[in-house]
Amino acid sequence: LYEDQVGLMDWHQQYIGKVKHALFHTQKSGRKRVLVSTEENVVASLDLRRGEIFWRHVLGTNDVVDGLDIALGKYVITLSSDGSILRAWNLPDGQMVWESFLQGSVASKSILYIPKNLKADKDDLILVFGKGCLHAVSSIDGEVLWKKDFVGESIEVNHIIQSTDEIYVAGFVGSSKFYVYGLNAKNGELLKNDHKALPCDTFGELLSVSGDKFVVLDKTRSKILTINIKNGEISYKQKPISDLIEDSSGQAVILPSRLPELFALRINSHVLLIKVTNEGELVLVDKINNAAAVSDALSIPEGQHAFAFVQHEDSKIHLFVKDVNDWNGDLLKERVVIDHQRGNVDKIFINNYVRTDRSYGFRALMVMEDHSLLLVQQGEIVWSREDGLASVVDVTASELPVEKEGVSVAKVEQNLFEWLKGHVLKLKGTLMIASAEDVVAIQALRLRSSEKSKMTRDHNGFRKLLIVLTRAGKVFALHTGDGRVVWSILLHTLRKTEVCEHPIGLNIYQWQVPHHHALDENPSILVVGRCGPSLAAPSVLSFIDAYTGKELNSLSLAHTVAQVIPLPYTDSTEQRLHLIIDINRYAYLYPRTSEAIGILQREFSNVYWYSVDADNGVIRGHALKSNCIHKVVDEYCFDFRNLWSIVFPSESEKIIATVTRKSNEVVHTQAKVMTDHDVMYKYVSKNVLFVANAAPKASGEIGTATPEEASLVIYIIDTVTGRILHRMTHHGCQGPVHAVFSENWVVYHYFNLRAHRYEMSVVEVYDQSRADNKDVWKFVLGKHNLTSPISSYYRAEVVTKSQSYFFTHSVKAIEVTSTAKGITSKQLLIGTIGDQVLALDKRFLDPRRTLNPSQAEKEEGIIPLTDSLPIISQSYITHSLKVEGLRGIVTVPAKLESTSLVFAYGVDLFFTQIAPSRTYDSLTEDFSYALLLLTIVALVAAIFVTWVLSQRKDLQEKWR
Amino acid sequence: QSPATGSTEGYTIYGRVKIPSVGTKDYILPGKISNVKVILNGGQRVTFLRPDGYFSFHNVPAGTHLIEVAAIGYFFSPVRVDVSARHHGKIQAALTENRRGLSEFVLEPLKDEQYFEVREPFSIMSIVKSPMGLMMGFMLIVVFLMPKLMENMDPEEMRRAQEEMRNQGVPSLASLLPGAARSN
Repeated sequence: LYEDQVGLMDWHQQYIGKVKHALFHTQKSGRKRVLVSTEENVVASLDLRRGEIFWRHVLGTNDVVDGLDIALGKYVITLSSDGSILRAWNLPDGQMVWESFLQGSVASKSILYIPKNLKADKDDLILVFGKGCLHAVSSIDGEVLWKKDFVGESIEVNHIIQSTDEIYVAGFVGSSKFYVYGLNAKNGELLKNDHKALPCDTFGELLSVSGDKFVVLDKTRSKILTINIKNGEISYKQKPISDLIEDSSGQAVILPSRLPELFALRINSHVLLIKVTNEGELVLVDKINNAAAVSDALSIPEGQHAFAFVQHEDSKIHLFVKDVNDWNGDLLKERVVIDHQRGNVDKIFINNYVRTDRSYGFRALMVMEDHSLLLVQQGEIVWSREDGLASVVDVTASELPVEKEGVSVAKVEQNLFEWLKGHVLKLKGTLMIASAEDVVAIQALRLRSSEKSKMTRDHNGFRKLLIVLTRAGKVFALHTGDGRVVWSILLHTLRKTEVCEHPIGLNIYQWQVPHHHALDENPSILVVGRCGPSLAAPSVLSFIDAYTGKELNSLSLAHTVAQVIPLPYTDSTEQRLHLIIDINRYAYLYPRTSEAIGILQREFSNVYWYSVDADNGVIRGHALKSNCIHKVVDEYCFDFRNLWSIVFPSESEKIIATVTRKSNEVVHTQAKVMTDHDVMYKYVSKNVLFVANAAPKASGEIGTATPEEASLVIYIIDTVTGRILHRMTHHGCQGPVHAVFSENWVVYHYFNLRAHRYEMSVVEVYDQSRADNKDVWKFVLGKHNLTSPISSYYRAEVVTKSQSYFFTHSVKAIEVTSTAKGITSKQLLIGTIGDQVLALDKRFLDPRRTLNPSQAEKEEGIIPLTDSLPIISQSYITHSLKVEGLRGIVTVPAKLESTSLVFAYGVDLFFTQIAPSRTYDSLTEDFSYALLLLTIVALVAAIFVTWVLSQRKDLQEKWR
Repeated sequence: QSPATGSTEGYTIYGRVKIPSVGTKDYILPGKISNVKVILNGGQRVTFLRPDGYFSFHNVPAGTHLIEVAAIGYFFSPVRVDVSARHHGKIQAALTENRRGLSEFVLEPLKDEQYFEVREPFSIMSIVKSPMGLMMGFMLIVVFLMPKLMENMDPEEMRRAQEEMRNQGVPSLASLLPGAARSN
C-alpha cells in the first residue's frame, strides 16, 4: 500500500462513546472546546464549533472515569479506577502532565472536588475521596499533600463541602446516621465532628442543595429529609411528599442535578421543582410534565444561576433555561426538531455566551438515548456526533439493491466532462508531468469517487451494507464505500420501559436473503435482545428491512433466549429457519409458519447443536426429541435430548475459550498435494469445536501463576458425536486464548510463562481414512471421487499436524480472510494490543515448516522455520491508523475471488479491502485507462507513419 | 530503577520510554509522546507517558509481569519484569524479543516502522525492465538482427532444412507426456 492510497479503498472513523461528564471551556480567546469523559473510558477535547475531536485518550478497559474537572485553568483532571488514579492532561494538546496513584484499602464512592477561591498559597488543591480516604493533591505536580483515612469510622462519604480554610466531609454510617467532619484545609487535621441519628433509613444518594443543606429520601420514598449543617452542627427536618403534591403514589427519585437551593424530584412521569428556604422549609415551585432531563446550574456573571430542562413532544423537544431564583422569567425558551430515532434526551449540559446585543445566549449539549451527542444553539442543532457507534456489539453484512433498468442514478453520476477531466489529470500523473496542484486534484478525485458510494450493487461485490447493532439498542447501516450512515433505527423493543428495565441487544442474524426474488423483496435481518443481563430475563425479537431500516415486525417472547441457532434451511420466501433455545431446555422454531414446521419435520433427525457450560466445565451435544408437553399446546415448541457430554475435571481444567468454524465458509479443495506428491485429505467437517482449557490457577490474568502451576489443554471435538479428535497439552502456558477455526485448521494465541512470551500454534486435521485415493494423476485429471458426501457418523481416522511459534504482541482479536469460492490463500488478521490489525500469511503457520526445507518444499512455498512469527510493518492493514479500543474483526467475502472485505470495530471503526494473493482477477486501482488509450493511439499513429514510409520506399524501388 | 515501596499489597514499577526524534537523537516533541500507551500484562492496566517519558504502575504484586509499549511508527519489544518480594520490590527487566537484560529500566524502540511501500521514482530503466519493456526490447532485437541472419543463409541450405522438417512428420502425443507411461 502506498501512502497516497489511504482512504481510496478504506475508511476510518473515530468516536468517543456515550458522554458521562462534560465541561465547557470557552474562556479567553482561542479555540472554544468541550471536555468530555465517556462510558468507553475516553477522555477527549471536542471543538465546540464543529464537534470534531481535538485530542482524545482511550484509557484501559478497567480504568473507568469517575470524575472530570479543570484545575489552574490549564489542566484537565480525571479521576478513574474507583478513585485510585488521578491524572492531569494539558488542556491544549492532551499531553499527560502528571499522574498520581491514591492508596486506599476499601471500595467506596469516588468524589473529585476542586475547591474554588481557596487561598492556600495560591496552589490549587484537588480533593479526592476514594478507597475510603480523603486525599489532598497539588494541582501543579500531583503530589499528595495530606491524607485522611476514614476507614476506621466506617463512614460512606457523600459530599465534600468547602468553607474558608476548612473542609467539611459529610456522609452516612449505615443508612440512618449522618456524620460531619471538619478538617483543616492545609494539613488535614481533624478540627471538629458531629453526628445525628436520623429518624428513619434513607434511600439513594444525598444531594447537596447549597453549601450547608442536603436533601435525601427516606427508605419508603414517601418523605423528604432536609439536613442542615451550621458551624459543624447537624439538624434536620422531614416533610411528606404528599404535602407537596396530591398524587404522590409511585416511586420518587431525587435527580442528581445540582441546583442552588433547589432540587428536582421525579415522581410518576413528572418532575417537581422544590425550593429549600433559608429556614429549611420545602416549597413547591413548579411541576413539569413529560420532563426528560435537568441540567446542573450554571453561574452567570450578574449573580444569576441558570439551569435547563427539556420536555418532549412528538418529534420536537422544548428547551427551557430559567433562573433558579426567578421562576417566572424565562432566560431561554426554544423548540428544537430532533430525529426521533435518537430517542429521548438522557443528559443535558449548558453553557452561556454573550450575544452581539450584550444579552446572554445559551447553548446546550445533549446526550441522547442512542448515545449520540448534539449541540443545540438558537433552536438549531449546530452539530451532532453518532457516538453510539463506539459501542458496536454485533455486525452482519447485507447486499445493496440490484440496479434496475431505467432507474436513474444521475444524482451520483459524473457527467462526461468531469469524467474526461479526471482521466486527463490521471494521465498527467502517470506521465510525471503533473504539477503539485494537479497531484492534489488527482488525490481529491480518487478519494471522492462517486462510484464507490452508489446505493446499488456492483459487480465486484465491494459495495455492501454493514449492519451494526450498538449497545444503545440502535441499529445502523453503514455503506462500505465511504462509511456513511445509510439508515438507522432505535428499536422500540430495546428501549427502556417499565416492563423492560435494562434492555440490551445481543445479536444480529440474517433473516431473509432473497435470491430468486431479489428484484421484488428486500432482505431482512433479525435482532435478538433481552430485557436484562440475566439469562432469565424476557427476550425480544425485531425484524428489520435491510434496505430501508424499517421495522417489519417485533415479538416479545413468552420464553427466554439462551441460544439462537440459524438452521441451514429456508422456506419458500427464503426466510431462514432459526431455533431458539431457552433456559428451561426447550427449543422454539421461528418463523412460526406451517411451512417451517414441515421443513423441520423433514429434517428432524439432522438437527444437532451443542452447548458449553463454562462454569461447570461441561460441553453437551443435543438433538430434538418431540413436541413439548406443556399446559398450552405449542406446535412450535420442541423438547430435546442430550446425545453426549464431556465433563472436564474441574480441579485441573477450566474452559477459557471455544471457537467453531463459520457456517458459511467455503472450502474449495478438499485434497492437499504434499511435497512428495502424496495426497492428504482435509477433515472439513463443519461440526467441529475447538476448546481451550487452562489450569484453574492460571485461568486469570498474566502474572498470577507460576510456570509450574500452569498448563493449557486444547481439544478438537466433533459436535455431532462428541468424539475428541485431538488433544494436546501446553505445559507452562496460560490464557487468554484467542483462536480462529478455518477449513481444517485452527490457529490460537496464548501465553508461555516459561519463556514469558506469547505463542501461536497451528493444528491441522487430516482424514487418513481416505488415503487410498492417493494417486496424484487421478487427482490432476479429475478422475477421483471428490463428491462423496461426508457424514458425521463416518468414523474418520484423523491425523493432526501441529507447530508453535513465538509471537511478539498481546492480541485482542483474531480473524481469517474469507472469499467467495475459497480459492485465494488465507491470511490471519490479528488485532494487536496496539489497536492495529496485522495481516499474517497462513504460510507462516504451516506445520510442515522445517529448518532446512528441501528444494521441492521451497518451490511449493514452504517457508524455513524460525522460532517466531515475523511482523512486517507493511503488513498492517490499518497502516498508520489505530482502531482504538479494538474489540472485534469481521471479514466478508466480495464477489471478486481475490478480495476480502475487512471491518474492525472498537471505539473506532475501520474498513478496508484486502487481497491476500494480490488482485489476480482484476485490474488494479492504479491502472490508467487514459495511458492505455494513449498507447493505442500512438501505435495507430506509428502504423500509419510506417505505412506511409513503406509506400514511399516502395515507390522509390519501382523508380530504380 | 529502584521502585518505591507502596502498601504491603504491592510495589511500584517506574520506567522510562525514549523515542528518538527523526534525524537527531534528541527526545521527541511532546505531541508524539502523548499517544504512546504502556500496557501491563496484556491490557490489565494501561498508562501513559509524562512529558519526560516516565511512566509508573502502582500496587503491582511481586512476581513476573509483562510490559508492552504501543506507539504508532515504532516497534518496541515487550519486556519481562520480575518484581522481587525478597528484595523489597527491586525489579529486573529483560527484552523478550532478543532476551537482552536492561541494566536500567529504559525502553527504546528496536526499529522504526514504515507502514507504506515507497514508490520508485520514474526512470527509463524501470520501464525497460517491466514486462512490457522486455517484450518491446526483444521485438526490436528480432526486427533488426533477423534480416541480417537471413541474408547470410545459403538458399540451398534453406531448402534442405525445409525438406528435413517435412520428412519428420507430426510428432506423436506420447512423446510430449513423460508421465503417460507411468499412468498406463
